Amino acid sequence: MDESTDNSTAAPRSPGAAVIVDDVHVEYKVLATGKRARGTDSGRRLLQRSRKTRSVHALKGVSFVANEGESVGVIGTNGSGKSTLMRAIVGLTPTSQGAIYASSRPSMLGVGAALLRDLSGERNVILGGLAIGMSLKEIEGQYDEIVDFAGIRDFIELPMRTYSSGMTARLKFAIATARSHEILIVDEALAVGDRDFRKRSEGRIREIREDAGTVFLVSHSMKSIRDTCNRVIWLNKGDLMMDGDPDEVVSAYENFQQD
Amino acid sequence: MSLADHAAREGLRQVGGRPPFGAYVRDVWRHRPFIYRLARFRIEAENGRNRLGMGWVILKPTINAAVYGTVFGILLGARARPEHYILFLFIGVFFFDYFSECFGSGAKSITRNANLVQSLNFPRMSLPLALVTQRFLQFMPIVGLVLLVVMLSGVRPTLEWLQLIPLIVLFTLFNAGLTMVTARLTVHFRDLTQLLPFASRLLFYTSGVFYSINKRFAGHEKFLTVAGYQPVHEIMTLARGALLEGPDYVVPPHYWLFVTVWSVAVFIGGSLFFWAAEERYGRVD
Repeated sequence: MDESTDNSTAAPRSPGAAVIVDDVHVEYKVLATGKRARGTDSGRRLLQRSRKTRSVHALKGVSFVANEGESVGVIGTNGSGKSTLMRAIVGLTPTSQGAIYASSRPSMLGVGAALLRDLSGERNVILGGLAIGMSLKEIEGQYDEIVDFAGIRDFIELPMRTYSSGMTARLKFAIATARSHEILIVDEALAVGDRDFRKRSEGRIREIREDAGTVFLVSHSMKSIRDTCNRVIWLNKGDLMMDGDPDEVVSAYENFQQD
Repeated sequence: MSLADHAAREGLRQVGGRPPFGAYVRDVWRHRPFIYRLARFRIEAENGRNRLGMGWVILKPTINAAVYGTVFGILLGARARPEHYILFLFIGVFFFDYFSECFGSGAKSITRNANLVQSLNFPRMSLPLALVTQRFLQFMPIVGLVLLVVMLSGVRPTLEWLQLIPLIVLFTLFNAGLTMVTARLTVHFRDLTQLLPFASRLLFYTSGVFYSINKRFAGHEKFLTVAGYQPVHEIMTLARGALLEGPDYVVPPHYWLFVTVWSVAVFIGGSLFFWAAEERYGRVD
């Protein structure tokens, strides 16, 4: 951040980079428990079970630059490292090698873990809002909007454990999207609730996307990727396979899956 | 041009990593509405499903004291039993309970909230601090109960009772510092949760919760000197000294100094220790 000013003015600035992922590796060791027991010798195995650590190489050197105003779709099979990459961009998972740079603090769309099932919806709106970094004043200002968007006005006094799964998902979505973000990561959040709510939530995402500079969308639905993204990144087993135009990358991915 | 140069040129900052301690503390301070609400709402959630609700906050330690009182009152010879034994025990059990609740459940404050830590960005110190705040809020009605019981037993309130205020503040700092230490250690070694109950137990028996160390070990000067440095024992002695009168409740004046030094040192040390692993808490392994 201490580069000279003439240097920065000389740099081409259109459009500016929002997120730079520079050769990121994520590798962690886990205690390998729960070995498969095999037939007759399972008893002996239990006794001499050695607790070996196994290392998981979730990302193997991923690099790309996401620019302001881009919606980047992230696709790949289960376990390809999508979520790890997103958590690394938000700064939740430290990288074991390489670095990630961002123009502002990226945030992930999600609030579920902060809510308490035994509390009323009203309390959870406050708690969830605080957890994603809103101030009490902001929450107060947007309270009605959140409740109405989630469509739970009649149940707001009831504990969240009595809500249907659709209501819970709607409430979570409404809280999580109450804040504006410059760099936003949406991890398969589009597919919540019934058809009507899905439509509204897609609209909300679009609004946020227009507000936010940059959006990353992780999804298994190629339709929503094609509909909403103008660039797609395909990960496979921790490697970046392809990065580019949505149609090209998605068809390459679909061909790959069929083989 | 490498990507790192590119980032520097565009004025991008590296994500993750741990902010300097000063900035971190300011961030935690900004999160105090979150910490306070998390503590208060957790109490509500805990009590919401019990019919007696908040009543249990008071009932549980009362039953606890009654059990200990019956058992130890019978087992213990009069030699270790000070004057006003019931009140002595009451204050001891309740104050120790505050400590052990923080010590025990605080250790899990990160590991139990793994989901939260892995999905949202906030200074992680909020979690152990919320836990201590929760215990503190639950401790307040208990202090009220203690005062009530002491008054009902015929002791007149005096100005000395006000000493409880700074004492509880120091005690809370001490608990918070210790909680931050155990919360971090548990992240590194999960097995610690198995050992901590024993540590807590050991402290329970050695801090003079249900017997008077000075009476029981009268004559063992070395032991008494060591016990004089033990913070939990000191805090309980000060609490009893503030509320009760009599030869058994004369507090050595240096206890205040020791408790202050202990609490502040543990709190600052605990914060630094916790902060030093800030980026570690979000890891999945």
